Amino acid sequence: MTTVQEHAPNPAAGDPGRPIGYGRIQRKEDPRFVRGKGNYLDDIVLPGMLHGAVLRAPVAHARLVSIDTTEALAHPRVLAVITGKDLQALNLAWAPTLSADVQAVLVTDKVRFQGQEVAFVVAEDRYAARDALELIDVEYDVLPPVIDARRALDPDAPVIRDDIEGRTDNRIFDWEMGDAAETEAVFAAADVVVSQEVVYPRVHPAPMETCGAVADFDPVDGRLTLYETTQAPHAHRTLYAMVAGIPEHKIRVVSPDIGGGFGNKVGIYPGYVLAVVGSIVTGRPVKWVEDRSENLMSTSFARDYIMQGEIAATKEGKILAVRTSVLADHGAFNATAQPTKNPAGFFSIFTGSYDLKAAYCKVRGVYTNKAPGGVAYACSFRVTEAVYLVERMVDILARKLEMDPAELRLKNFIRPEQFPYANKTGWVYDSGNYEPAMRLSMQMAGYDELRREQLEKRERGELMGIGVAFFTETVGAGPRKHFDIVGLGMADGAELRVHPTGKAVVRISVQSQGQGHETTFAQIVAEELGIPPESIDVVHGDTDQTPFGLGTYGSRSTPVSGGAVALVARKVREKAKFIAAAMLEARPEDLEWEKGRWFVKGDPGAGKTIAEIALGAHGTMALPEGIDGNLDAEVTYDPPNLTFPFGAYICVVDVDAGTGAVKVRRFIAVDDCGTRINPMIIEGQVHGGLTDGVGMALMQIIAFDEDGNCLSGSFMDYLIPTAMEVPDWETGYTVTPSPHHPIGAKGIGESATVGSPPAIVNAIVDALAPYGVTHMDMPCTPARVWEAMQGRHGPPV
Amino acid sequence: MQIPAAFDYERASDVANALALLERHGPESRVIAGGHSLLPMMKLRLARPDWLIDINGLTELDFILREGDQLRVGALTRHTALLESADVAGLFPIIRDAERVIADPVVRNRGTIGGSLCQADPAEDLSTVCDVLRALTVIRGPAGQRTVPMADFHQGPYETAVAQNELLCEIRFPIRPRSGSAYEKVERRVGDWAVVAAGAAVALSADGTVDDAAIGLTAVGLDGTVPEAEAVLQGRQPHEDLFAEAGRIAAAACDPVADRRGPVDYKRHLVEELTRRVLRRACARAAGAGQG
Repeated sequence: MTTVQEHAPNPAAGDPGRPIGYGRIQRKEDPRFVRGKGNYLDDIVLPGMLHGAVLRAPVAHARLVSIDTTEALAHPRVLAVITGKDLQALNLAWAPTLSADVQAVLVTDKVRFQGQEVAFVVAEDRYAARDALELIDVEYDVLPPVIDARRALDPDAPVIRDDIEGRTDNRIFDWEMGDAAETEAVFAAADVVVSQEVVYPRVHPAPMETCGAVADFDPVDGRLTLYETTQAPHAHRTLYAMVAGIPEHKIRVVSPDIGGGFGNKVGIYPGYVLAVVGSIVTGRPVKWVEDRSENLMSTSFARDYIMQGEIAATKEGKILAVRTSVLADHGAFNATAQPTKNPAGFFSIFTGSYDLKAAYCKVRGVYTNKAPGGVAYACSFRVTEAVYLVERMVDILARKLEMDPAELRLKNFIRPEQFPYANKTGWVYDSGNYEPAMRLSMQMAGYDELRREQLEKRERGELMGIGVAFFTETVGAGPRKHFDIVGLGMADGAELRVHPTGKAVVRISVQSQGQGHETTFAQIVAEELGIPPESIDVVHGDTDQTPFGLGTYGSRSTPVSGGAVALVARKVREKAKFIAAAMLEARPEDLEWEKGRWFVKGDPGAGKTIAEIALGAHGTMALPEGIDGNLDAEVTYDPPNLTFPFGAYICVVDVDAGTGAVKVRRFIAVDDCGTRINPMIIEGQVHGGLTDGVGMALMQIIAFDEDGNCLSGSFMDYLIPTAMEVPDWETGYTVTPSPHHPIGAKGIGESATVGSPPAIVNAIVDALAPYGVTHMDMPCTPARVWEAMQGRHGPPV
Repeated sequence: MQIPAAFDYERASDVANALALLERHGPESRVIAGGHSLLPMMKLRLARPDWLIDINGLTELDFILREGDQLRVGALTRHTALLESADVAGLFPIIRDAERVIADPVVRNRGTIGGSLCQADPAEDLSTVCDVLRALTVIRGPAGQRTVPMADFHQGPYETAVAQNELLCEIRFPIRPRSGSAYEKVERRVGDWAVVAAGAAVALSADGTVDDAAIGLTAVGLDGTVPEAEAVLQGRQPHEDLFAEAGRIAAAACDPVADRRGPVDYKRHLVEELTRRVLRRACARAAGAGQG
C-alpha cells in the first residue's frame, strides 16, 4: 500500500468534476501491456528473418592476433560470419560516439574491455547462431589492463587508445566550471571547512528489456527499415545516414514498445550496426537481441565518479562555497550520451539548492579497460552525481557543526524571491520554493518525533537513522543554442491533426519507454482543445510518422515535447477561431474561448465546438482568406531554458548492529515538478526512481577484478531490489510552475533517482553515528556497513 | 535470451523408469526436477548434459508423511509444500525458517528438497538444515535402496553420495521430544545466496539441560556440523554465555573465503553472531516444545 498525501493545492489536478485535460486518468497504453499485447522488439518477426549473435571478448585488454571463422561458416545453418576486417572493407569498423570519440563496432586491432564485440554470426535461428559462436577460433595476445581509474594516468599505465594517433596516455578531458580563485579565497576565510572523498560506484540501469534490433535492408530500392530499442529514433536515423552513407530519406527507424530505457538505450550499439550489416550482406532481415549478461557487461553503465568534495561555512552554519575535483571513469571509449559542450554532463550543478558565494569544480575523464558509457540510469546528465556529492557534504558539515541536517538545509536554501537564480557555475534556475517542500516532508515524516525515537533507541544500543536530502533537478534540454548532441540542436517537434469528426492525432518526436506518453500528451492536447483524451491518439517512435526531435532522456519529454504539444494545440485553437468566425458570420476578435468551443462574446448560445469547426474546415463552406481546408498545425519547440524540478526526501532506516543489515523502514518523498499533468503517472515515476535509489544505495555495483573481468554480469551478481527491500512509499508534492514552460510543467522522470540515494546513505551514516562513522560509500551491503562500524573504509565492491 | 547447448530430453514415468533412463543414457545424462540450478548453468553453457531425465512426473516422490518417530519427506517435495506444512512447522521450525529465506515464491513453487541437496551448493540452505536435523537420505539405484546419513551425504562442493545412476528418493527426519531448531541467514537481498547462515537444533533433557545439540553453517566452507561447538553445550543449561562460547568456537572452526559478499573477518563475525541467535531461538523453542 502506498500513502499519497494530497497536501498542496493544485488547480491542475485532483478535481473529479473536471471533464477533460489534466488529472488522474488510467493510462491509454496499459490495456495492451496488461493483456500481453505489447509489441516489443523481440515480438517483431519478418518473413525470412535471420538471427544474429555477437562473439564477445573474454578478456579486458588484448591484441587480436587472428580470427578463424572457417568452422563457423561450415555450420549448416549459418549464412554469414562478420569480423572487424569485413567492416574495415565497408569503412564501418569504427563509428563515432555521442562524445566526439570513436568506438569499435568489431575489434580490428585490440580488445579494450571484457565483453567487447569481436565477431557477428548470422544464422537461420538463434540457436544455431549461438552454437556457431563456439566454432570461431580467436587468438588473443593478452595485455595488462587498466582497471583502477586512479592508476589510469600512472606513467607506466598501458595506453588503451593507441588507435588514436599521437595519444600517449589515458586522459580524455580536463574540464572546469566556476571561479577557482574566488572559491579559494572564500575557503581560506571560512570558519569551517570539511572535505570528504565521495565515490559514486559504477552501476547499470538494467532495463527489463535488453537491447536489440531488427534490420531490414531492401536491396531493390536501397531502403533500410530498422526496428531498434532506442530512446532517440530521429537522432539515430541521422547518425546512420552520416556514418553508413545510406541517404536519410531511405532510412526508417522504428522504436516499438520499449521495456525501460533509463538512458541505457540512447546510444547506438555495435549490435544495431551489425544487424544492419548482416541484413545488407544476406539480403534478408536480421534480428539481434542481446541477453542479460551482454546488457550488463557491454552496454551503457552509469556514474563511476570519484569525487573529492569540500564545503566551507561559517560557524553559524551559513554555507559559503563548495568545491570538488572529480576523476571520471569513462571506460574504453568515450561514448557518454550528453550535450556536446558538457563532457561532464550537468555535473556543475553540484551547487545544489543552496545560495553560495562561490563554487568550483574540475573533472578529469580517463579511459580504462571497461565497458563504455557513463550517462544512464535516470541520471539527468550527471545531476545524480552532483546532488549525491553536495547532499553528502551538507550532511557531513551538519555533523561537524553539530546541527540538525534539516535545519542546516533550511538555513541555506535559495530563497523564493531570488529566482530566477544564477548560480556560480553558470546555471539559471528558472523557479523554486524550497522551504515549503522541506517543511511538508518533515511534517509528513513526523520529523521531531523520529528524532526523539532515535535518541531513545540509541540509549538502548539500537541503530536507527534518519536521512534528509534536498535536490534540485536540471532537466529538459535545450535550448538548442546551448545544447546539442553531435551538432543536432535539442529541440522537439509536434504535429496535430483534428479529423473532420473532431477526433485528433498528435505526432510527437519523443517516444515512451514506459513513461506513459500516449496518455500524458493526449491530456495536454485535451486541456488545450477541450476534447477528451480518449479522442486523441498519440503517435510516436516511428521516424516515418513523426516530426524530427532529439528523443526521450534527461527527463526532457514533458519539458520539451510537452511544450511543443501545448503550443501546437494552441495553434490549432487559434486557427479554429478564424474558421468558427466564418461559420458564425462573426469577427474573430469578437469570439471568446471556453473549453472546447468558440462562441460570440455576449451570446454564449452562438458558438461552435472543435468538432463542428473541424467538419467546417473539411467541408464545403468558403474559408477565410489565408486559412486552408484543415484543422492541422505543426511546431518545433526550442525551450528558452531548462526546468528545475526539486524535492525533499526523508528516509528512515534501521540497522542490525549484529549483522550490519539495513532495513529501509520509511521513505517520504515530496516532489515539485511544476504543473502536474497525471498524478498517477507522476507517482509511478517517483516509485520507480525511489526503488532504483534503494538498489544503488544498498546493493548495486558493476564490479571488476584486477584482470578486468566483470563480476556483475548477471542478476545473480547485480542485484535489483524487490518489494521486500522497499517500504511503502509516502509521496507528497508542492506545485511551483515553471515560468517559461507553456503549461508550467518541469519533468519528473529522474527526480527520485537523483534524490533518493543521498537520503538513504545519509540515513545509514546517521544510524552509524554512535560508531563515529561520518561517511560510507555505496553500496551499503551488510558487510560494508559492518566494516564501516569497525572504522574501515574499503573501496566499493 | 541465453541459450543452452543442444541436448535431448526424456520424461521418466516412475522411479524404476528414471533409473533405467539414467543407466541407458550414461554419464552425460542429468536428472532435472525444479531446474532452478541446472537450467541457469546450462544457459550459461557451464553445464552441457547430453540428456535431461525429467522426474517431475514421479508423483510417488512428492509427500510429507509423519510415521512413528520420523518425518518422511519425498525428494520431489517442493519448497512451497515444506513452507506450508503444519507438520513441518510444528516439528522442525528450522525448515520453515529456512524456506522463508530460500529464493522467492516462483523458485519455491518449482524447486525441490531433493534438487537442493543433490546440487550441494556450498551456499545451499537445506543442506545445513538436514545436517543439523541429522536426517537420513534414502537413495535408490540399480542395486536397490540404501540409506545414507547426512554426515556422509555431502562429499565436497557439488558432490554427493548419489552416484550417476542413482536417484535420491526420500529424506527422513528423526523426531525427538523436547527439541527445537532455528535458522537465520544474512543476505544482500531477498533471494541472494547467503553471505552466511547458521542453523541449530537442540534436544533438551527432562531437567532442561542440553541433551544433544547440532550447529550447521552455510557458505563458510564447512561440511557437516560443528562438533567442537556442539560439545560445549552438551549437558549444560542453556544460557547466553554458553551460546556465545559456542558462537566463538564455530567462528574459529569455519573456513570462509573473501568474496563480494564480505571479507573473512566479517563472515566469521556473522558465524559467531548467527550461531548465538539460532541457539537462543532453538533452545527457547525446545523449552516450549512438548514430548514430540
